Amino acid sequence: MNLLEIIRFALRGLTINRMRTGLTTLGIMIGVMSVIILIAVGNGSAKQVQSSLDRLGTNSIQIRSGARGFGGGGFQSASRRNSASSAKQLTIADTKALMNPIDAADIKQVSPIMNANSTCVNGSSTSTPSTFSGVWPTYFEAANTKVVKGSYFNDDDVTQGRRVAVIGNTTATELFGSDNPVGQTVKCGGIPFTIIGTTEVKGSSGFQDGDSLFIAPITAIQNSITGYVGLSSIIVEAKSSKVTDAAQTEIQTILDARHGVTNANSRDYQTFNQASLLTTSASNSKVFTVLLGAVAAISLLVGGIGITNIMLVTVVERTREIGIRKAIGAPKRIILAQFLIEATILSLVGGLMGVLGGFIGSQFTILGVKPAIVPMSVFLAFGVSILIGVFFGGYPASRAASLRPIEALRHE
Amino acid sequence: MTHTVIDVRNAVKQYGAGQSAIFALADVSIQIESGEYVAIMGPSGSGKSTLMNIMGALDNLTSGEYFLDGIEISSMDEDALSIVRGRKIGFIFQSFNLIPRTTAIANVELPLAYQGIKSAERKMRATKALEVVGLADRMDHEPTELSGGQQQRVAVARALATRPSLLLADEPTGALDSKSTHDLLDLFDQINAAGRTVVVITHENDVADRAKRIIRMRDGKIISDEINAKKAS
Ligand SMILES: Nc1ncnc2c1ncn2[C@@H]1O[C@H](COP(=O)(O)OP(=O)(O)OP(=O)(O)O)[C@@H](O)[C@H]1O
Ligand SMILES: [Mg+2]
Repeated sequence: MNLLEIIRFALRGLTINRMRTGLTTLGIMIGVMSVIILIAVGNGSAKQVQSSLDRLGTNSIQIRSGARGFGGGGFQSASRRNSASSAKQLTIADTKALMNPIDAADIKQVSPIMNANSTCVNGSSTSTPSTFSGVWPTYFEAANTKVVKGSYFNDDDVTQGRRVAVIGNTTATELFGSDNPVGQTVKCGGIPFTIIGTTEVKGSSGFQDGDSLFIAPITAIQNSITGYVGLSSIIVEAKSSKVTDAAQTEIQTILDARHGVTNANSRDYQTFNQASLLTTSASNSKVFTVLLGAVAAISLLVGGIGITNIMLVTVVERTREIGIRKAIGAPKRIILAQFLIEATILSLVGGLMGVLGGFIGSQFTILGVKPAIVPMSVFLAFGVSILIGVFFGGYPASRAASLRPIEALRHE
Repeated sequence: MTHTVIDVRNAVKQYGAGQSAIFALADVSIQIESGEYVAIMGPSGSGKSTLMNIMGALDNLTSGEYFLDGIEISSMDEDALSIVRGRKIGFIFQSFNLIPRTTAIANVELPLAYQGIKSAERKMRATKALEVVGLADRMDHEPTELSGGQQQRVAVARALATRPSLLLADEPTGALDSKSTHDLLDLFDQINAAGRTVVVITHENDVADRAKRIIRMRDGKIISDEINAKKAS
């Protein structure tokens, strides 16, 4: 009996048990597909975090109030301001002290940042920008935020406390749809602001939309929304990326003196330079990828259990059949070959469909993330599913083929 | 020239152990020469099927020996056994044992396929075997679409298609009407007349009457083994 004939036997076996064939293929397909897509989503979000960090520029340093040991992550918000109430808060005077060409020779420019949570209204449209900040004009260069339509506000706007603002693309769309926002007026927290510019599209960075942005002169924000409390943070731009470490040391020397800090461990503020931001964010997105990978592995496992279950359920029927085949003279190796080919075809077809589904699914944006396929995950998912299929299709068959025909015929 | 086809010596088949042990075969010895036509009779549970399964190399003994054409079965490896089951023996089961969801002709072709016979010849021989049992018009039906008697006849066709030298039939007429029974027995007569060995298990006297030798069993033992007076020539 030649191979072609055995393959024909295997194909006949598959068409006879249509239900089993369909379910097994589906199980393998879903397992493979979900592994590929989930890992692609994790990888895609890691890439997005990375690219938005790259766009931030490499020579900015952030200073936040609060002692070390509160997590040290890159995703703190306005509420953090009050967490170190016993300590001195960051002030405008602190900011100005950093603009010292002698003691802070490596600092190019600084800007205070005053964050708020505020909802803006234009007619029936509303928007709650995830970044709603009051700053100095120097902020735009330090934070690598460019205005592409309209203009920046200037020092005079800050001095006068003019209620003007620059907004991001998401905020603009939410408030004005496709209309040009420049020159229009919105009410944020009940206070009218005139939009004078929109910023370059930044894209989202995993969890945060970089274009959900509302930037106004700090005096306007303090006057009308937050009041004159401590600053949320100070952003510092070093003269070049090579001197960020020197700039950081200068900041610490100046602020330690102003805040009466004698011991580096008892500082009431924290500094983050680009390097530390990079590592925190990279490890954050790595955690995300690992998490998704675990979910994917579980789904592959569940798929595998499904396949195993279907294969085992049919074993009673198949064992009797194997008994009959043996009784009429089928050699063990031909029975084995037939059942192995059946299992291989099943898992190959299911696996290939899963890979195809994975590639198609990864074309869509999922949870705001553009998936990026990891080639390794494709091979892994495909390989594991084939192994599961062949093992659980082949192993029971090989056990049945080793029985005496009568034993196999009596199997229940 | 005849030779001993079947030589069973002190065969014991035990199921279970201790108090609940059942001896389906309790020290059975039997020799069958080539060209014989033997009927095995006995009440239900007397061990007939058990003995037949041993003869067909489908099961093994608890103790004792079985020589088929002079070769001890337990000394054969898997490949030799599959050749014996496929070419030497045609086995008709009490419970048909057709492959489910597979047409009658495909069932009959199967043992031929395992012998490596090409598709065209296979089809021809299977068709002929089905014609012989009167199922020419039911070849493309699956087992569930056939009556019990028709399934039994497919099983007979499958056993005959390989032209075995030893035909073992476990109650082949159990599901047949008297006309079909008569036809099948005529077929067995022909096969036997061509020099092949036939062993039939039956409860029916008119089936046993066709055989040249009748063996009676009870409780796993042979209680009589005699030449059929009506057939003795
Ligand atoms: N797998 C088994 N496990 C336990 N006992 C068995 C098994 N197979 C057969 N037996 C027992 O062995 C004895 C002989 O069984 P066997 O099938 O040979 O009887 P039989 O003569 O063919 O009966 P029948 O005419 O009803 O077909 C019976 O008592 C039966 O219960
Ligand atoms: Mg029986």
